[in-house]
Amino acid sequence: MNATTPPHLKWPANADHTAVPYSVFNNQEVYDLEQARLYNGPTWNYLATEAELPEKGSFKSTYIGDTPVVVTRGQDNEIYAWVNRCAHRGAEICRERHGRSEDGAYTCVYHQWSYDAKGDLRGVPFQRGLAGKGGMPKDFDKKQHGLRKVRVVNYHGAIFGTFSDDTPDIEDYMGEDVAYHFKRIMHKPIEILGTTRQHIAGNWKFYSENTKDPYHASLLHLFHATFGLYRSSQKGESISNNDFHSVLWASGGTEDESALDDMKKDKLRTLQTGEYELQDMSLLAGTQEFEDNVTLVILSLFPSLVLQQIQNTLAFRQILPKGKDEFELVWTYFGYKDDSEEVRNYRLKQFNLIGPGGLISMEDGESTELCQNAIVRDGEYTNVIQMAGKEASGDDHLVTEGLIRGLWKGYKELMDF
Amino acid sequence: MANNALTLELKGEVEDLLNAYVQCIDDDNLESWPDFFTEECLYQVIPRENHEVGLPTAVMWCDSRGMLQDRITALRHANIYQVQWYRHIISNPVITTEDGDTFNVQSNYAVFKTCNDGESTVYNIGRYVDVIVRDNGVLKFKERTAIYDTHRITTLMVIPV
Repeated sequence: MNATTPPHLKWPANADHTAVPYSVFNNQEVYDLEQARLYNGPTWNYLATEAELPEKGSFKSTYIGDTPVVVTRGQDNEIYAWVNRCAHRGAEICRERHGRSEDGAYTCVYHQWSYDAKGDLRGVPFQRGLAGKGGMPKDFDKKQHGLRKVRVVNYHGAIFGTFSDDTPDIEDYMGEDVAYHFKRIMHKPIEILGTTRQHIAGNWKFYSENTKDPYHASLLHLFHATFGLYRSSQKGESISNNDFHSVLWASGGTEDESALDDMKKDKLRTLQTGEYELQDMSLLAGTQEFEDNVTLVILSLFPSLVLQQIQNTLAFRQILPKGKDEFELVWTYFGYKDDSEEVRNYRLKQFNLIGPGGLISMEDGESTELCQNAIVRDGEYTNVIQMAGKEASGDDHLVTEGLIRGLWKGYKELMDF
Repeated sequence: MANNALTLELKGEVEDLLNAYVQCIDDDNLESWPDFFTEECLYQVIPRENHEVGLPTAVMWCDSRGMLQDRITALRHANIYQVQWYRHIISNPVITTEDGDTFNVQSNYAVFKTCNDGESTVYNIGRYVDVIVRDNGVLKFKERTAIYDTHRITTLMVIPV
């Protein structure tokens, strides 16, 4: 335990990263420290896709942690971000989720202080007073009163932001394998297909754990098993980069046009376990769009992003903490700009599998709440994270909690716990 | 839109369908829910923020009665969620028809959700935009689009609205 660890947070000795005290999930002090040390610290936070900022003047409101942030495309076509808080008296400037500023100006409604896309202060009403009365002091310098700026990077069509000057280059931050899988999905221009939002009454880190946990996949999510759609041939890997970033991938080998026939054959082999069958198999119709035949990628970039491919569904999931025991999950669904109508329709139908009503994903929010409900007391008790050993590392299989151990290893280091 | 053929009797027939639909869900008689639709149909639950800018992503999107049945089978036998009950309140509908066989209908809805802790919450508010047709003499939904204002879904959506 370090000097900066809150005294109530009793991390067990000699447990490596296989045990985490429950108070880390429901303590206000820990939550506030996370906002300071993680979200305001040396982390890259997902903000938007470039596709959501298509033209000069486009903007989108979002958050880094629980700090409101606006991402803009300036008149110079560059992308900027700043904290959505007027430098004058702290009012929220941008009140829309997204849109376009025709003149490239962002004006606070309270006293009409006006900023440009970079967050620089451009206009202060009555700066020189009215009829010789009032006005700002003579030494008032607009340059000194811009908005709090966020350093941004456009990484293959995704915009990330950081408050810290110490945050490493984005690709070094991700690590080699995570960067590879990121670029694999973002290999050509994307088209946004929509957004859904989910509010979950649990600590955001329960969800981080969930996205690094292949152990639960076949045990909690029973959609495939119930309909006898399981593939025994699934190959996969769990990869850890820089401790708290990770990739889970699996290859189904079932995504081409002949997949439906294969699945039906499969189902015959597993009929003894599956008494139900899909009435409409078109839900699982799709196309093999990646040459590597990988059909599932869950890329988890700490602390705020999951980029996923499940069959032909592609989505960013942004994790937004809303307090110590709640968070919002924002799903941004996309395809590629050059999608044929057929492929686009595959995606739209397969979106039934993911999101707040996702046949194979809806339980993730539920599991988060199950944990949060049960840990209100006994904060010194710990969980048990020992599947596939005690190392904080990836494996060449999916029966592991190694990535969760990696999460906690990285978390403790960055939090200085 | 012309409304030449709308009689009180037809209006009552449409309203009976809308009422029976929400009673079916609220009474947990979900196995009968697909029967309210034609064999080829479109049922979607879409956030207003997508709908109003023309983005197609929906939380539920089913284009056949079979897909509706699969939703219910998954709800009963696969998906994991806490015990919950819906209670729908629907507004008087606005109904237009040209021929008395195809109806364009819009109504507002509110779904309250009650879970095991006994707290009832406003779960999902929106409007239904429907195309209702006569199928072997019986009115059914050819299209039912629930466009919801409550764009932050609490926890998950498993029961159709």
